Amino acid sequence: MIDVKNLRKSFGSAEVLKGIDLSIEKSQVVVIIGPSGSGKSTLLRCMNYLEVPTQGQILINGTDLQKADINKVRSEIGMVFQRFNLFPHMTVLQNILLAPMKVRNIDRKTAEQDALVLLERVGLENKADAYPTQLSGGQQQRVAIARALAMRPKVMLFDEPTSALDPEMVGEVLDVMRNLAKEGMTMVIVTHEMGFAREVGTRLLFVDDGKIIEQGEPRVVFETPKEERTRLFLSKVL
Amino acid sequence: MSFNLDLVIKSFPLLLAGALITIKITLISVTIGIFIGLFVGIARIVNIRAVKLFAAVYVDFIRGTPLLVQIFIIYFAMPIVLGIKIDPLIAAITACSINSGAYVAEIFRAGIQAVDEGQMEAGRSLGLTWPQTMRYIIIPQAFKSVIPPLGNEFIALLKDSSLVSVIGFEELTRRGQLIIARTYGSLEIWLSVAFLYLIMTVTISRLVAYLERRFDTKYDRR
Ligand SMILES: Nc1ncnc2c1ncn2[C@@H]1O[C@H](COP(=O)(O)OP(=O)(O)O)[C@@H](O)[C@H]1O
Ligand SMILES: [Mg+2]
Repeated sequence: MIDVKNLRKSFGSAEVLKGIDLSIEKSQVVVIIGPSGSGKSTLLRCMNYLEVPTQGQILINGTDLQKADINKVRSEIGMVFQRFNLFPHMTVLQNILLAPMKVRNIDRKTAEQDALVLLERVGLENKADAYPTQLSGGQQQRVAIARALAMRPKVMLFDEPTSALDPEMVGEVLDVMRNLAKEGMTMVIVTHEMGFAREVGTRLLFVDDGKIIEQGEPRVVFETPKEERTRLFLSKVL
Repeated sequence: MSFNLDLVIKSFPLLLAGALITIKITLISVTIGIFIGLFVGIARIVNIRAVKLFAAVYVDFIRGTPLLVQIFIIYFAMPIVLGIKIDPLIAAITACSINSGAYVAEIFRAGIQAVDEGQMEAGRSLGLTWPQTMRYIIIPQAFKSVIPPLGNEFIALLKDSSLVSVIGFEELTRRGQLIIARTYGSLEIWLSVAFLYLIMTVTISRLVAYLERRFDTKYDRR
């Protein structure tokens, strides 16, 4: 589904991704962990070309993003940001409707029905007319997930979706993500929630200094890390 | 020294009509200026070198030269190039619009750049194109922060429009000059003219403050 081939990315003279190879199958939940500044966000953002690779290829279902219609590709990849990035001048419902109506040309009535179903799925059916600033962080992030899902994406990318949340709100967002995983959504998740990674992830990647240092089944990597750097990192976060 | 109140009262209708003309050319020029400014402001941030350069040259030229000189160029110099005489009204509106466009462009550019970068990323990640994201997400948010400086620009242009009196266009200031030429009532007329400008600028700044408050309550509650 997603193939990353020898991906390199530099900002100016600083090389942030130093040759990443990665292949993600349908319905996999790939969790990416690693120290801050190691390139996790950059890797995720390359997958929908928010960052354009300096070298290497990203293939989604076999099409090279370099040559693809990038807006079409992005419309099929959902992305959830650490800081939610809801549109503050629109209500929750308008946030969700915008892309289906403008990108897919779906009529308002159909789009609204879809949106309300999605809001129910994330437990916010009574917040359709609220503005983002009237919601808690956890609620905002759930709206952001609903907004991404409204495009019926084939993949969902999450960049530390719970890092900006107060601790008591982390659970409600993880619950939504857990359900998505159960329904078979292909997901790539950057997170510091190790318990969640272990429970929901089908594969764990440990990234450090722009490279994938180690990967495997989450339970195995957590319990018996092969690399010294992984061990060191885990000893700090677990 | 005596103050001829009678002259003030008698001239007032004429001056008031002049003030209306001042409002008219300012409104028309600001409206055109907002259109120019929106496009030029966006042109300054797109990733196309030629477009960016053109926009920067325009803004720098207008902001780096006096409006009076710009009026002279349009009224006296352009006819030599084009070979046609330009009506003072057209010249006045053209000069004021082009001038205000440059200032408005900077206001919009700043307003757009003040919108959180994450908004553009969120829009693009949903598959919206750059123009769509600008139109539905960035510009509506930029408008809010842009209202106070736009109000200031409106006030500045209203005052600066007095400069078009030099090409004989009969707005408020020119009306004052003409009445004084007839009556020699410098004191009375210039004070009346100043008073009318003041009424207009104060009204506008009140209006802008009101608009700003309305925009604020719409989604800034916490
Ligand atoms: N747009 C950018 N311009 C310059 N440097 C950047 C940019 N984005 C990220 N970086 C740098 O790249 C490195 C990796 O960043 P990032 O991918 O955000 O790491 P992580 O998500 O693992 O914390 C950091 O050193 C960061 O400062
Ligand atoms: Mg990051």
